[in-house]
Amino acid sequence: MIYLELFLTFLMIGAFTFGGGYAMLPLMQEQVSQRWGDIISQETITNFIAVSESTPGPFAINMATYVGSEVGGLLGSACATLGVVLPSFVIILIVAKCYDKFRNSSVVKGCMSGLKPAVVGLIAGAILSVLADVFFPAGLQWSVLQTPAFYLSAGIFAVMLVLAMKKVHPIIIVVLSAALGIGIGYLNLW
Amino acid sequence: MKGRYKELGKVFLTFLKIGAFTFGGGYAMIPLIQKEAVENHKWITDEDILEIIAIAESTPGPIAINSATFVGYRTCGVLGSLMATLGVVLPSFVIIYAISFVLRQFQSLTAVQYAFQGIRAGVLALLCKALWGMYKKNQKNWASYTVMAGAFILTALLDVSVLPVLIGCAVFGLVTAKAMERRAQQ
Repeated sequence: MIYLELFLTFLMIGAFTFGGGYAMLPLMQEQVSQRWGDIISQETITNFIAVSESTPGPFAINMATYVGSEVGGLLGSACATLGVVLPSFVIILIVAKCYDKFRNSSVVKGCMSGLKPAVVGLIAGAILSVLADVFFPAGLQWSVLQTPAFYLSAGIFAVMLVLAMKKVHPIIIVVLSAALGIGIGYLNLW
Repeated sequence: MKGRYKELGKVFLTFLKIGAFTFGGGYAMIPLIQKEAVENHKWITDEDILEIIAIAESTPGPIAINSATFVGYRTCGVLGSLMATLGVVLPSFVIIYAISFVLRQFQSLTAVQYAFQGIRAGVLALLCKALWGMYKKNQKNWASYTVMAGAFILTALLDVSVLPVLIGCAVFGLVTAKAMERRAQQ
């Protein structure tokens, strides 16, 4: 039952994503490659991060809708999106009623003091697989160092990192990288 | 009764607008929520916004959903939070569902493949920047560094699943927090 699997997988992702933005990336990357790796590759996920940065809406919703649609069409994307939304929705309804108790709870504070740095370590791990995909698309081989593609990717990465640190908008970074990619492609350098 | 339906409609449309005009998600949505829900509609106060951020940070799920549910609940109860959440999700859902078709059609084109070859290097830069931002927000003490390094080594190098690592880190945080509390009391 593909729809139930989509719903339950994204329900779990929604329930265990603390903090916004890319906090869901590690768990999502792992689950998607384990369950639907033949449909959605690491490369596809990385490509989609760029799409999500350039379209409105939260990353989590975009990602759930996209994976759901690729795996199970319209119904699939509805199931995945419902799954990722449901835990937040229910938990906030509960917390909104007893906010003060929740905020001053030493158990919540203690757990968060472990979860916050954990997310940093997990995202670093998720970035490592994106890095492997960008620089070593055919696996970890030293022969990659003799291809121009390696140095061109490194160049684009370095320039974009400087721009990102200078708070250039992500959409501009995506568009610039795309333009460079196309230019390099038509010069036959990839 | 009629007034309540009108209010529910307003909540839905406001969050539809917020969902449709926020790029990047996460905290990018907060200023727009502040403008709409505090200044325009006076559903909540500035203090509530701070409250929402604090709650969103310590509950699971995307910040957009957390804050939509919270504001909706404050204005019209459970039905309000349903409307707000539906509104904030709908634009993403429709846009991404449409894009998934376009991507499938065009991803075999040479130019698109070249573009994504460049884009992936750019995305790596965006991710590194996001990681740096999250790192800076963390406390700088040995417990925090241990958890960061531990989570990284376990998942990236030793292939341990993400979920048990998250749960382990939450328990570790709880235990160290309690231990520090006890030491402070003595």
